Amino acid sequence: MGVGIRTEKLRKVYETPPPGAARGGGFGFASGPKEKGGKKKFEIVALEGVSFEIRPGEIFGLLGPNGAGKSTTIGILTTRTRPTDGRAFIGDLDIWQEEVKARQLIGVVPQRPNLDFMLTAREILVFHGAYFGQSTKERERRADELLERFKLTDRANQMPRTLSGGMMQRLSIARAMMHDPEVLFLDEPSAGLDPQTRLLLWEIIRDYNKAGKTIVLTTHYMDEADALCDRLVIIDHGKIIAQGTPKELKASIPGGYLLRLRFNQAPEPLLAALRGLPSVTEVRAPEDGAVDVYAGSGGPLIGPIVTAAQAAGIELQDVHIAEPSLETLFLHHTGRSLRD
Amino acid sequence: MNWKTFYALLSRDGHVARRNLIPMLLQNLLQPLLFTFVFGRVLTTSGMMPQSYKNMLLPGIMAISMVMSGVWAVAMPLISEFQFTREIEDRLLAPIEIGWLAGQKVVAGMIQASVAGLVVLPSAWLVMGSGVNLDLGHSVELVLIALLVALFSAAGGLALGCSIGQTQVGLMFSLVLAPMMMFGCAYYPWQALSPFPVLKYAVLVNPLVYASEGLRGALVPSAPHIDTLIVIGVLAVVDFTLLVLGLKKFRSKAVS
Repeated sequence: MGVGIRTEKLRKVYETPPPGAARGGGFGFASGPKEKGGKKKFEIVALEGVSFEIRPGEIFGLLGPNGAGKSTTIGILTTRTRPTDGRAFIGDLDIWQEEVKARQLIGVVPQRPNLDFMLTAREILVFHGAYFGQSTKERERRADELLERFKLTDRANQMPRTLSGGMMQRLSIARAMMHDPEVLFLDEPSAGLDPQTRLLLWEIIRDYNKAGKTIVLTTHYMDEADALCDRLVIIDHGKIIAQGTPKELKASIPGGYLLRLRFNQAPEPLLAALRGLPSVTEVRAPEDGAVDVYAGSGGPLIGPIVTAAQAAGIELQDVHIAEPSLETLFLHHTGRSLRD
Repeated sequence: MNWKTFYALLSRDGHVARRNLIPMLLQNLLQPLLFTFVFGRVLTTSGMMPQSYKNMLLPGIMAISMVMSGVWAVAMPLISEFQFTREIEDRLLAPIEIGWLAGQKVVAGMIQASVAGLVVLPSAWLVMGSGVNLDLGHSVELVLIALLVALFSAAGGLALGCSIGQTQVGLMFSLVLAPMMMFGCAYYPWQALSPFPVLKYAVLVNPLVYASEGLRGALVPSAPHIDTLIVIGVLAVVDFTLLVLGLKKFRSKAVS
Protein backbone atom coordinates (compact mmCIF):
# COMPACT_ATOMS: atom_id res chain seq x y z
CA MET A 1 0.00 0.00 0.00
CA GLY A 2 1.30 3.38 -0.97
CA VAL A 3 4.75 4.51 -2.00
CA GLY A 4 7.27 6.18 0.26
CA ILE A 5 9.85 8.83 -0.43
CA ARG A 6 13.37 9.22 0.84
CA THR A 7 15.90 11.97 0.36
CA GLU A 8 19.61 11.85 1.09
CA LYS A 9 21.48 15.07 1.75
CA LEU A 10 19.71 17.11 -0.91
CA ARG A 11 21.54 20.26 -1.82
CA LYS A 12 20.53 22.85 -4.37
CA VAL A 13 22.41 25.90 -5.48
CA TYR A 14 20.75 28.09 -8.11
CA GLU A 15 23.21 29.74 -10.43
CA THR A 16 20.58 31.48 -12.47
CA PRO A 17 17.40 32.90 -11.00
CA PRO A 18 14.96 30.00 -10.67
CA PRO A 19 12.18 30.29 -13.26
CA GLY A 20 9.62 29.79 -10.63
CA ALA A 21 8.95 32.89 -9.01
CA ALA A 22 6.02 30.93 -10.42
CA ARG A 23 6.90 28.02 -8.23
CA GLY A 24 9.06 29.13 -5.41
CA GLY A 25 7.84 32.39 -4.01
CA GLY A 26 10.42 34.92 -2.96
CA PHE A 27 13.81 33.92 -1.71
CA GLY A 28 13.88 35.87 1.46
CA PHE A 29 17.42 34.87 2.25
CA ALA A 30 18.86 35.52 -1.18
CA SER A 31 22.51 36.26 -0.80
CA GLY A 32 22.32 38.45 -3.86
CA PRO A 33 25.05 38.96 -6.42
CA LYS A 34 28.44 37.96 -5.06
CA GLU A 35 31.77 39.40 -6.00
CA LYS A 36 33.81 36.53 -7.37
CA GLY A 37 36.92 36.99 -9.44
CA GLY A 38 35.81 40.51 -10.20
CA LYS A 39 32.59 39.27 -11.81
CA LYS A 40 29.23 39.36 -10.20
CA LYS A 41 27.97 35.84 -9.84
CA PHE A 42 24.42 34.89 -9.05
CA GLU A 43 24.21 32.23 -6.40
CA ILE A 44 21.43 31.14 -4.10
CA VAL A 45 21.82 28.20 -1.79
CA ALA A 46 18.25 26.97 -1.56
CA LEU A 47 18.83 23.62 0.15
CA GLU A 48 21.71 22.52 2.32
CA GLY A 49 21.81 18.79 3.14
CA VAL A 50 18.13 17.97 3.48
CA SER A 51 17.40 14.33 4.42
CA PHE A 52 14.02 12.95 5.43
CA GLU A 53 11.82 9.95 4.91
CA ILE A 54 8.14 9.93 4.04
CA ARG A 55 6.35 6.69 4.87
CA PRO A 56 3.93 5.09 2.43
CA GLY A 57 0.39 6.32 2.92
CA GLU A 58 1.05 9.23 5.22
CA ILE A 59 0.29 12.91 4.93
CA PHE A 60 3.63 14.62 5.19
CA GLY A 61 4.11 18.34 5.60
CA LEU A 62 6.97 20.66 4.73
CA LEU A 63 6.55 23.71 6.87
CA GLY A 64 8.52 26.91 6.67
CA PRO A 65 8.42 30.58 5.76
CA ASN A 66 8.69 31.90 2.20
CA GLY A 67 12.05 31.10 0.70
CA ALA A 68 12.82 28.32 3.16
CA GLY A 69 13.37 25.77 0.39
CA LYS A 70 9.99 24.02 0.43
CA SER A 71 9.20 24.50 -3.24
CA THR A 72 12.75 23.58 -4.23
CA THR A 73 12.34 20.32 -2.31
CA ILE A 74 9.03 19.65 -4.07
CA GLY A 75 10.69 20.58 -7.38
CA ILE A 76 13.40 17.98 -6.84
CA LEU A 77 10.93 15.28 -5.84
CA THR A 78 8.75 15.99 -8.88
CA THR A 79 11.60 15.93 -11.45
CA ARG A 80 11.36 19.66 -12.06
CA THR A 81 14.46 20.91 -10.24
CA ARG A 82 17.75 19.07 -10.58
CA PRO A 83 19.55 18.74 -7.25
CA THR A 84 23.12 20.03 -7.14
CA ASP A 85 23.97 17.18 -4.82
CA GLY A 86 22.31 14.33 -2.96
CA ARG A 87 19.74 11.78 -4.01
CA ALA A 88 15.99 11.35 -3.82
CA PHE A 89 13.99 8.14 -4.09
CA ILE A 90 10.34 7.50 -4.71
CA GLY A 91 9.64 3.90 -3.74
CA ASP A 92 12.77 2.17 -5.02
CA LEU A 93 13.24 4.54 -7.95
CA ASP A 94 16.10 6.98 -7.94
CA ILE A 95 14.10 10.00 -9.15
CA TRP A 96 16.96 11.58 -11.06
CA GLN A 97 17.98 8.32 -12.73
CA GLU A 98 14.49 7.28 -13.79
CA GLU A 99 12.55 10.47 -14.22
CA VAL A 100 9.96 9.09 -16.60
CA LYS A 101 9.04 6.20 -14.31
CA ALA A 102 8.97 8.55 -11.34
CA ARG A 103 6.54 10.86 -13.15
CA GLN A 104 4.10 7.95 -13.58
CA LEU A 105 3.82 7.73 -9.80
CA ILE A 106 3.26 11.38 -8.94
CA GLY A 107 0.62 14.03 -9.29
CA VAL A 108 1.54 17.66 -8.71
CA VAL A 109 -0.57 20.62 -7.67
CA PRO A 110 1.55 23.73 -8.17
CA GLN A 111 1.61 26.79 -5.99
CA ARG A 112 -0.03 28.88 -8.70
CA PRO A 113 -2.43 27.20 -11.10
CA ASN A 114 -0.58 26.50 -14.36
CA LEU A 115 -3.57 25.27 -16.33
CA ASP A 116 -3.33 24.86 -20.07
CA PHE A 117 -5.02 28.08 -21.19
CA MET A 118 -5.67 26.83 -24.69
CA LEU A 119 -8.01 24.03 -23.54
CA THR A 120 -11.38 23.90 -21.77
CA ALA A 121 -11.63 22.60 -18.21
CA ARG A 122 -12.77 19.19 -19.36
CA GLU A 123 -10.15 18.98 -22.12
CA ILE A 124 -7.45 19.79 -19.58
CA LEU A 125 -8.39 16.65 -17.68
CA VAL A 126 -8.95 14.48 -20.74
CA PHE A 127 -5.63 15.40 -22.34
CA HIS A 128 -3.84 14.91 -19.03
CA GLY A 129 -5.27 11.39 -18.94
CA ALA A 130 -4.09 10.87 -22.52
CA TYR A 131 -0.53 11.95 -21.63
CA PHE A 132 -0.58 9.17 -19.05
CA GLY A 133 -1.76 6.61 -21.58
CA GLN A 134 -5.37 6.23 -20.45
CA SER A 135 -7.85 4.92 -23.01
CA THR A 136 -10.43 7.33 -24.44
CA LYS A 137 -13.24 5.72 -22.48
CA GLU A 138 -11.34 5.65 -19.21
CA ARG A 139 -10.18 9.25 -19.38
CA GLU A 140 -13.61 10.58 -20.28
CA ARG A 141 -15.22 8.67 -17.44
CA ARG A 142 -12.62 9.85 -14.95
CA ALA A 143 -12.74 13.45 -16.16
CA ASP A 144 -16.53 13.58 -15.69
CA GLU A 145 -16.22 11.93 -12.30
CA LEU A 146 -13.63 14.44 -11.09
CA LEU A 147 -15.50 17.43 -12.49
CA GLU A 148 -18.55 16.27 -10.60
CA ARG A 149 -16.65 15.70 -7.38
CA PHE A 150 -14.93 19.07 -7.54
CA LYS A 151 -18.18 20.84 -8.38
CA LEU A 152 -16.96 21.98 -11.79
CA THR A 153 -19.41 20.13 -14.04
CA ASP A 154 -21.28 23.29 -15.07
CA ARG A 155 -17.95 24.89 -16.02
CA ALA A 156 -16.65 21.86 -17.91
CA ASN A 157 -16.66 23.51 -21.33
CA GLN A 158 -15.27 26.86 -20.31
CA MET A 159 -11.74 28.09 -20.77
CA PRO A 160 -9.72 28.36 -17.56
CA ARG A 161 -9.36 32.13 -17.76
CA THR A 162 -13.07 32.45 -17.04
CA LEU A 163 -12.76 30.48 -13.79
CA SER A 164 -12.28 32.00 -10.35
CA GLY A 165 -9.09 31.42 -8.36
CA GLY A 166 -10.70 28.74 -6.21
CA MET A 167 -12.07 26.92 -9.27
CA MET A 168 -8.67 26.98 -10.96
CA GLN A 169 -7.15 25.51 -7.82
CA ARG A 170 -9.78 22.77 -7.74
CA LEU A 171 -9.20 22.04 -11.41
CA SER A 172 -5.44 21.82 -10.76
CA ILE A 173 -6.06 19.24 -8.05
CA ALA A 174 -8.47 17.30 -10.25
CA ARG A 175 -5.84 17.27 -12.98
CA ALA A 176 -3.19 15.99 -10.58
CA MET A 177 -5.53 13.16 -9.53
CA MET A 178 -6.55 12.30 -13.08
CA HIS A 179 -4.02 9.49 -13.51
CA ASP A 180 -4.54 8.24 -9.96
CA PRO A 181 -0.95 8.84 -8.79
CA GLU A 182 0.49 7.05 -5.78
CA VAL A 183 1.95 10.25 -4.39
CA LEU A 184 0.19 13.59 -4.54
CA PHE A 185 2.28 16.74 -4.10
CA LEU A 186 0.55 19.97 -3.16
CA ASP A 187 2.62 23.14 -3.02
CA GLU A 188 0.91 25.64 -0.75
CA PRO A 189 -2.51 24.29 -1.62
CA SER A 190 -4.57 26.69 0.44
CA ALA A 191 -2.73 29.93 -0.35
CA GLY A 192 -5.34 32.47 -1.37
CA LEU A 193 -8.35 30.24 -0.77
CA ASP A 194 -11.38 31.33 1.22
CA PRO A 195 -12.03 29.38 4.47
CA GLN A 196 -14.84 27.35 2.95
CA THR A 197 -12.83 26.22 -0.08
CA ARG A 198 -9.98 25.48 2.26
CA LEU A 199 -12.10 23.06 4.27
CA LEU A 200 -13.27 21.41 1.06
CA LEU A 201 -9.62 21.07 0.07
CA TRP A 202 -8.71 19.44 3.38
CA GLU A 203 -11.55 16.99 2.93
CA ILE A 204 -10.37 16.12 -0.56
CA ILE A 205 -6.82 15.59 0.70
CA ARG A 206 -7.95 13.36 3.55
CA ASP A 207 -10.19 11.32 1.23
CA TYR A 208 -7.39 10.75 -1.22
CA ASN A 209 -5.13 9.74 1.64
CA LYS A 210 -7.72 7.24 2.86
CA ALA A 211 -7.37 5.44 -0.47
CA GLY A 212 -3.84 4.58 0.63
CA LYS A 213 -2.07 7.37 -1.24
CA THR A 214 0.88 9.31 0.07
CA ILE A 215 0.39 13.08 0.31
CA VAL A 216 3.20 15.61 0.46
CA LEU A 217 2.25 19.21 1.05
CA THR A 218 4.01 22.43 1.81
CA THR A 219 2.45 25.16 3.84
CA HIS A 220 3.26 28.13 5.92
CA TYR A 221 0.03 27.84 7.83
CA MET A 222 0.59 26.21 11.18
CA ASP A 223 -3.04 25.23 11.63
CA GLU A 224 -3.04 23.48 8.29
CA ALA A 225 0.04 21.44 9.15
CA ASP A 226 -1.45 20.71 12.56
CA ALA A 227 -4.81 19.64 11.20
CA LEU A 228 -3.67 17.55 8.24
CA CYS A 229 -0.20 16.14 8.64
CA ASP A 230 0.78 12.84 10.19
CA ARG A 231 4.36 13.99 10.29
CA LEU A 232 6.23 17.04 9.21
CA VAL A 233 9.57 18.70 8.85
CA ILE A 234 10.21 22.33 9.55
CA ILE A 235 12.56 23.92 7.05
CA ASP A 236 14.27 27.25 7.35
CA HIS A 237 17.11 28.66 5.26
CA GLY A 238 17.36 25.38 3.35
CA LYS A 239 17.90 23.23 6.40
CA ILE A 240 15.66 20.99 8.44
CA ILE A 241 15.36 22.45 11.90
CA ALA A 242 12.91 19.95 13.37
CA GLN A 243 10.91 16.90 12.35
CA GLY A 244 8.33 14.57 13.84
CA THR A 245 4.57 14.32 14.40
CA PRO A 246 2.82 17.59 15.20
CA LYS A 247 2.34 16.26 18.73
CA GLU A 248 5.99 15.36 19.20
CA LEU A 249 7.09 18.67 17.83
CA LYS A 250 4.80 20.62 20.11
CA ALA A 251 5.97 18.56 23.09
CA SER A 252 9.55 19.53 22.27
CA ILE A 253 8.89 23.19 23.02
CA PRO A 254 10.23 23.91 26.49
CA GLY A 255 7.24 24.44 28.73
CA GLY A 256 4.80 24.45 25.88
CA TYR A 257 3.35 27.94 26.44
CA LEU A 258 5.05 31.02 25.12
CA LEU A 259 4.45 34.39 26.73
CA ARG A 260 5.66 37.27 24.61
CA LEU A 261 6.09 40.25 26.87
CA ARG A 262 7.06 43.82 26.22
CA PHE A 263 8.48 46.08 28.94
CA ASN A 264 9.70 49.65 28.74
CA GLN A 265 13.09 48.12 29.59
CA ALA A 266 14.30 44.61 30.38
CA PRO A 267 17.41 44.66 32.58
CA GLU A 268 19.11 41.43 33.69
CA PRO A 269 17.68 41.46 37.26
CA LEU A 270 14.15 41.39 35.80
CA LEU A 271 15.04 38.45 33.56
CA ALA A 272 16.49 36.64 36.56
CA ALA A 273 13.30 37.28 38.51
CA LEU A 274 11.23 35.89 35.59
CA ARG A 275 13.41 32.77 35.44
CA GLY A 276 12.65 32.20 39.10
CA LEU A 277 8.87 32.07 38.55
CA PRO A 278 7.13 28.67 38.87
CA SER A 279 6.98 26.45 35.74
CA VAL A 280 9.20 28.81 33.70
CA THR A 281 11.71 26.81 31.65
CA GLU A 282 13.39 29.42 29.53
CA VAL A 283 13.59 33.19 29.26
CA ARG A 284 14.95 35.00 26.26
CA ALA A 285 15.33 38.67 25.41
CA PRO A 286 15.34 38.82 21.59
CA GLU A 287 15.42 42.61 21.47
CA ASP A 288 15.42 45.62 23.72
CA GLY A 289 12.39 45.50 26.01
CA ALA A 290 10.94 42.33 24.48
CA VAL A 291 11.06 39.13 26.51
CA ASP A 292 9.96 35.62 25.51
CA VAL A 293 9.06 33.36 28.40
CA TYR A 294 8.60 29.62 27.81
CA ALA A 295 6.59 28.05 30.59
CA GLY A 296 4.33 25.15 31.53
CA SER A 297 1.36 27.45 31.98
CA GLY A 298 0.05 30.67 30.46
CA GLY A 299 -2.56 32.82 32.22
CA PRO A 300 -1.68 31.95 35.83
CA LEU A 301 1.80 33.42 35.31
CA ILE A 302 0.56 36.91 34.45
CA GLY A 303 0.01 37.89 38.09
CA PRO A 304 3.53 36.95 39.23
CA ILE A 305 5.03 38.63 36.16
CA VAL A 306 3.24 41.90 36.88
CA THR A 307 4.36 41.70 40.51
CA ALA A 308 7.98 41.07 39.49
CA ALA A 309 7.89 44.01 37.10
CA GLN A 310 6.37 46.37 39.67
CA ALA A 311 8.96 45.30 42.21
CA ALA A 312 11.70 46.29 39.78
CA GLY A 313 9.90 49.55 38.94
CA ILE A 314 9.42 48.48 35.31
CA GLU A 315 6.26 48.97 33.25
CA LEU A 316 4.70 45.98 31.47
CA GLN A 317 3.34 47.27 28.15
CA ASP A 318 2.12 44.24 26.22
CA VAL A 319 1.39 40.56 26.80
CA HIS A 320 0.69 37.86 24.27
CA ILE A 321 0.08 34.28 25.36
CA ALA A 322 0.65 31.61 22.72
CA GLU A 323 -0.64 28.13 23.47
CA PRO A 324 1.52 25.17 22.51
CA SER A 325 1.50 25.27 18.71
CA LEU A 326 3.80 24.81 15.80
CA GLU A 327 4.02 28.57 15.58
CA THR A 328 5.68 28.73 19.00
CA LEU A 329 7.87 25.83 17.95
CA PHE A 330 9.00 27.73 14.91
CA LEU A 331 9.70 30.79 16.99
CA HIS A 332 11.66 28.70 19.43
CA HIS A 333 13.91 27.27 16.74
CA THR A 334 14.43 30.29 14.56
CA GLY A 335 13.83 33.24 16.83
CA ARG A 336 11.38 34.69 14.33
CA SER A 337 7.76 34.32 13.47
CA LEU A 338 6.74 32.19 10.49
CA ARG A 339 5.27 35.14 8.67
CA ASP A 340 8.17 37.50 9.14
CA MET B 1 10.30 6.14 -25.75
CA ASN B 2 6.65 6.48 -24.86
CA TRP B 3 4.72 6.78 -28.14
CA LYS B 4 1.31 6.99 -26.52
CA THR B 5 2.34 10.11 -24.64
CA PHE B 6 4.06 11.53 -27.72
CA TYR B 7 0.91 11.05 -29.76
CA ALA B 8 -1.26 12.56 -27.00
CA LEU B 9 0.98 15.64 -26.84
CA LEU B 10 0.82 15.94 -30.61
CA SER B 11 -2.97 15.64 -30.65
CA ARG B 12 -3.18 18.35 -27.99
CA ASP B 13 -1.25 20.71 -30.29
CA GLY B 14 -3.38 19.59 -33.21
CA HIS B 15 -6.54 20.27 -31.23
CA VAL B 16 -5.37 23.77 -30.30
CA ALA B 17 -4.29 24.48 -33.89
CA ARG B 18 -7.66 23.38 -35.26
CA ARG B 19 -9.45 25.59 -32.77
CA ASN B 20 -7.39 28.57 -33.94
CA LEU B 21 -7.34 27.60 -37.61
CA ILE B 22 -8.83 30.74 -39.15
CA PRO B 23 -6.79 33.32 -37.18
CA MET B 24 -3.71 31.18 -37.69
CA LEU B 25 -4.16 30.99 -41.46
CA LEU B 26 -4.84 34.72 -41.62
CA GLN B 27 -1.76 35.48 -39.55
CA ASN B 28 0.55 33.30 -41.60
CA LEU B 29 -0.82 33.55 -45.10
CA LEU B 30 -2.57 36.89 -45.56
CA GLN B 31 0.60 38.93 -45.73
CA PRO B 32 2.40 36.71 -48.27
CA LEU B 33 -0.74 36.49 -50.39
CA LEU B 34 -1.18 40.28 -50.38
CA PHE B 35 2.43 40.56 -51.40
CA THR B 36 1.78 38.01 -54.12
CA PHE B 37 -1.20 40.00 -55.35
CA VAL B 38 0.66 43.33 -55.54
CA PHE B 39 3.92 42.04 -57.03
CA GLY B 40 2.72 38.95 -58.86
CA ARG B 41 -0.53 40.34 -60.24
CA VAL B 42 -0.78 44.13 -60.16
CA LEU B 43 2.80 44.98 -61.13
CA THR B 44 3.11 42.21 -63.72
CA THR B 45 -0.25 42.85 -65.34
CA SER B 46 0.39 46.60 -65.50
CA GLY B 47 3.70 45.86 -67.22
CA MET B 48 5.97 47.28 -64.52
CA MET B 49 7.38 43.79 -63.91
CA PRO B 50 7.96 41.08 -66.55
CA GLN B 51 5.54 38.15 -66.58
CA SER B 52 8.41 35.79 -65.79
CA TYR B 53 8.70 37.41 -62.37
CA LYS B 54 5.68 35.34 -61.30
CA ASN B 55 7.67 32.11 -61.55
CA MET B 56 10.53 33.68 -59.64
CA LEU B 57 8.30 34.93 -56.85
CA LEU B 58 6.09 31.92 -56.17
CA PRO B 59 8.71 29.57 -54.68
CA GLY B 60 9.98 32.44 -52.52
CA ILE B 61 6.50 33.15 -51.20
CA MET B 62 6.14 29.48 -50.40
CA ALA B 63 9.46 29.48 -48.53
CA ILE B 64 8.55 32.58 -46.51
CA SER B 65 5.12 31.24 -45.61
CA MET B 66 6.51 27.90 -44.50
CA VAL B 67 9.31 29.42 -42.43
CA MET B 68 7.08 32.01 -40.79
CA SER B 69 4.36 29.53 -39.88
CA GLY B 70 6.81 27.02 -38.48
CA VAL B 71 8.74 29.58 -36.42
CA TRP B 72 5.54 31.17 -35.19
CA ALA B 73 3.84 27.85 -34.41
CA VAL B 74 6.70 26.68 -32.21
CA ALA B 75 8.17 29.87 -30.79
CA MET B 76 5.08 31.79 -29.73
CA PRO B 77 3.44 29.09 -27.57
CA LEU B 78 6.82 28.28 -26.00
CA ILE B 79 7.46 31.91 -25.17
CA SER B 80 4.12 32.30 -23.45
CA GLU B 81 4.06 28.88 -21.80
CA PHE B 82 7.48 29.31 -20.24
CA GLN B 83 6.41 32.66 -18.80
CA PHE B 84 5.24 33.34 -15.31
CA THR B 85 2.22 31.04 -15.55
CA ARG B 86 4.34 28.05 -16.62
CA GLU B 87 1.46 26.54 -18.57
CA ILE B 88 3.83 24.01 -20.06
CA GLU B 89 4.37 22.47 -16.64
CA ASP B 90 1.65 19.82 -16.98
CA ARG B 91 3.34 18.54 -20.12
CA LEU B 92 6.76 18.64 -18.49
CA LEU B 93 5.28 16.29 -15.90
CA ALA B 94 4.00 13.87 -18.53
CA PRO B 95 5.76 10.51 -18.49
CA ILE B 96 8.10 11.19 -21.40
CA GLU B 97 11.71 12.33 -21.73
CA ILE B 98 11.95 16.13 -21.69
CA GLY B 99 13.82 16.01 -25.01
CA TRP B 100 10.91 14.22 -26.67
CA LEU B 101 8.53 16.95 -25.57
CA ALA B 102 10.73 19.38 -27.51
CA GLY B 103 10.81 16.85 -30.35
CA GLN B 104 7.04 16.77 -30.35
CA LYS B 105 6.90 20.57 -30.59
CA VAL B 106 9.23 20.39 -33.60
CA VAL B 107 7.06 17.75 -35.30
CA ALA B 108 3.95 19.86 -34.66
CA GLY B 109 5.76 22.90 -36.12
CA MET B 110 6.83 20.90 -39.19
CA ILE B 111 3.24 19.83 -39.78
CA GLN B 112 2.03 23.43 -39.56
CA ALA B 113 4.79 24.62 -41.88
CA SER B 114 3.93 21.89 -44.39
CA VAL B 115 0.24 22.77 -44.25
CA ALA B 116 1.15 26.41 -44.86
CA GLY B 117 3.25 25.37 -47.87
CA LEU B 118 0.46 23.19 -49.22
CA VAL B 119 -2.10 25.98 -48.84
CA VAL B 120 0.01 28.85 -50.13
CA LEU B 121 1.26 27.12 -53.27
CA PRO B 122 -2.15 26.78 -55.00
CA SER B 123 -3.50 30.02 -53.46
CA ALA B 124 -0.58 32.09 -54.70
CA TRP B 125 -0.90 30.38 -58.04
CA LEU B 126 -4.57 31.43 -58.19
CA VAL B 127 -3.84 34.98 -57.02
CA MET B 128 -1.24 35.50 -59.72
CA GLY B 129 -3.64 34.50 -62.48
CA SER B 130 -2.32 33.23 -65.79
CA GLY B 131 1.29 33.01 -66.78
CA VAL B 132 2.67 30.85 -63.99
CA ASN B 133 4.68 27.96 -65.32
CA LEU B 134 5.68 25.64 -62.51
CA ASP B 135 7.40 22.36 -63.25
CA LEU B 136 6.01 19.72 -60.91
CA GLY B 137 8.19 16.98 -62.36
CA HIS B 138 10.73 17.08 -59.56
CA SER B 139 8.43 15.87 -56.81
CA VAL B 140 11.03 13.91 -54.80
CA GLU B 141 13.31 16.92 -54.78
CA LEU B 142 10.38 19.18 -53.87
CA VAL B 143 9.21 17.01 -50.99
CA LEU B 144 12.74 16.58 -49.61
CA ILE B 145 13.49 20.30 -49.71
CA ALA B 146 10.06 21.18 -48.32
CA LEU B 147 10.67 18.81 -45.40
CA LEU B 148 14.09 20.33 -44.74
CA VAL B 149 12.54 23.81 -44.85
CA ALA B 150 9.78 22.71 -42.47
CA LEU B 151 12.35 21.28 -40.06
CA PHE B 152 14.41 24.45 -40.34
CA SER B 153 11.42 26.56 -39.39
CA ALA B 154 10.33 24.35 -36.48
CA ALA B 155 13.82 23.85 -35.05
CA GLY B 156 14.49 27.58 -35.49
CA GLY B 157 11.24 28.27 -33.66
CA LEU B 158 12.36 26.01 -30.83
CA ALA B 159 15.73 27.74 -30.51
CA LEU B 160 14.18 31.23 -30.72
CA GLY B 161 11.26 30.39 -28.44
CA CYS B 162 13.57 29.15 -25.72
CA SER B 163 15.99 32.06 -26.05
CA ILE B 164 13.78 35.10 -25.74
CA GLY B 165 11.15 36.40 -23.37
CA GLN B 166 7.72 37.80 -24.03
CA THR B 167 8.95 41.38 -23.96
CA GLN B 168 11.37 40.71 -26.80
CA VAL B 169 8.88 39.31 -29.31
CA GLY B 170 8.66 42.60 -31.21
CA LEU B 171 12.42 42.80 -31.27
CA MET B 172 12.64 39.23 -32.55
CA PHE B 173 10.47 40.22 -35.48
CA SER B 174 12.30 43.40 -36.40
CA LEU B 175 15.84 42.17 -35.69
CA VAL B 176 15.69 38.56 -36.83
CA LEU B 177 12.67 37.77 -38.97
CA ALA B 178 12.28 40.97 -41.01
CA PRO B 179 15.90 41.11 -42.27
CA MET B 180 15.76 37.38 -42.86
CA MET B 181 12.75 37.86 -45.13
CA MET B 182 14.21 40.82 -47.00
CA PHE B 183 17.59 39.19 -47.56
CA GLY B 184 16.26 35.67 -47.98
CA CYS B 185 16.20 35.67 -51.80
CA ALA B 186 12.46 35.06 -51.58
CA TYR B 187 11.47 38.07 -53.71
CA TYR B 188 14.40 37.76 -56.12
CA PRO B 189 16.82 35.00 -57.10
CA TRP B 190 20.25 34.91 -55.48
CA GLN B 191 21.85 35.68 -58.85
CA ALA B 192 20.06 39.04 -58.88
CA LEU B 193 22.45 40.14 -56.14
CA SER B 194 25.46 39.91 -58.49
CA PRO B 195 25.79 43.71 -58.79
CA PHE B 196 26.23 43.78 -54.98
CA PRO B 197 29.10 41.34 -54.46
CA VAL B 198 29.48 41.93 -50.69
CA LEU B 199 25.76 41.54 -50.08
CA LYS B 200 25.62 38.53 -52.39
CA TYR B 201 28.00 36.58 -50.16
CA ALA B 202 26.83 38.08 -46.89
CA VAL B 203 23.27 36.79 -47.38
CA LEU B 204 24.61 33.24 -47.57
CA VAL B 205 24.51 33.11 -43.75
CA ASN B 206 20.73 33.44 -44.01
CA PRO B 207 19.13 29.97 -44.15
CA LEU B 208 16.04 31.36 -45.87
CA VAL B 209 18.24 31.90 -48.95
CA TYR B 210 18.64 28.14 -49.28
CA ALA B 211 14.97 27.54 -48.61
CA SER B 212 13.91 29.97 -51.35
CA GLU B 213 16.56 28.86 -53.81
CA GLY B 214 15.89 25.20 -53.11
CA LEU B 215 12.16 25.50 -53.73
CA ARG B 216 12.91 27.62 -56.81
CA GLY B 217 15.18 24.88 -58.10
CA ALA B 218 12.52 22.26 -57.48
CA LEU B 219 9.54 24.21 -58.88
CA VAL B 220 11.18 26.28 -61.65
CA PRO B 221 14.33 24.36 -62.58
CA SER B 222 14.90 26.56 -65.62
CA ALA B 223 15.32 29.69 -63.48
CA PRO B 224 18.74 30.55 -62.09
CA HIS B 225 19.16 29.02 -58.62
CA ILE B 226 21.79 27.69 -56.22
CA ASP B 227 22.69 24.08 -56.92
CA THR B 228 20.16 21.74 -55.31
CA LEU B 229 22.79 19.50 -53.72
CA ILE B 230 24.38 22.48 -52.00
CA VAL B 231 20.94 23.59 -50.82
CA ILE B 232 20.16 20.17 -49.35
CA GLY B 233 23.57 19.94 -47.67
CA VAL B 234 23.40 23.41 -46.10
CA LEU B 235 19.78 22.98 -44.97
CA ALA B 236 20.63 19.62 -43.37
CA VAL B 237 23.52 21.18 -41.43
CA VAL B 238 21.43 24.20 -40.39
CA ASP B 239 18.54 21.95 -39.31
CA PHE B 240 20.82 19.74 -37.25
CA THR B 241 22.55 22.69 -35.58
CA LEU B 242 19.30 24.46 -34.72
CA LEU B 243 17.79 21.25 -33.40
CA VAL B 244 20.75 20.57 -31.10
CA LEU B 245 20.81 24.19 -29.94
CA GLY B 246 17.05 24.25 -29.45
CA LEU B 247 17.05 21.02 -27.45
CA LYS B 248 19.82 22.31 -25.22
CA LYS B 249 17.99 25.58 -24.59
CA PHE B 250 14.73 23.76 -24.01
CA ARG B 251 16.27 21.49 -21.40
CA SER B 252 17.86 24.34 -19.51
CA LYS B 253 14.55 26.22 -19.52
CA ALA B 254 12.52 23.18 -18.54
CA VAL B 255 14.56 21.90 -15.62
CA SER B 256 15.88 24.39 -13.10
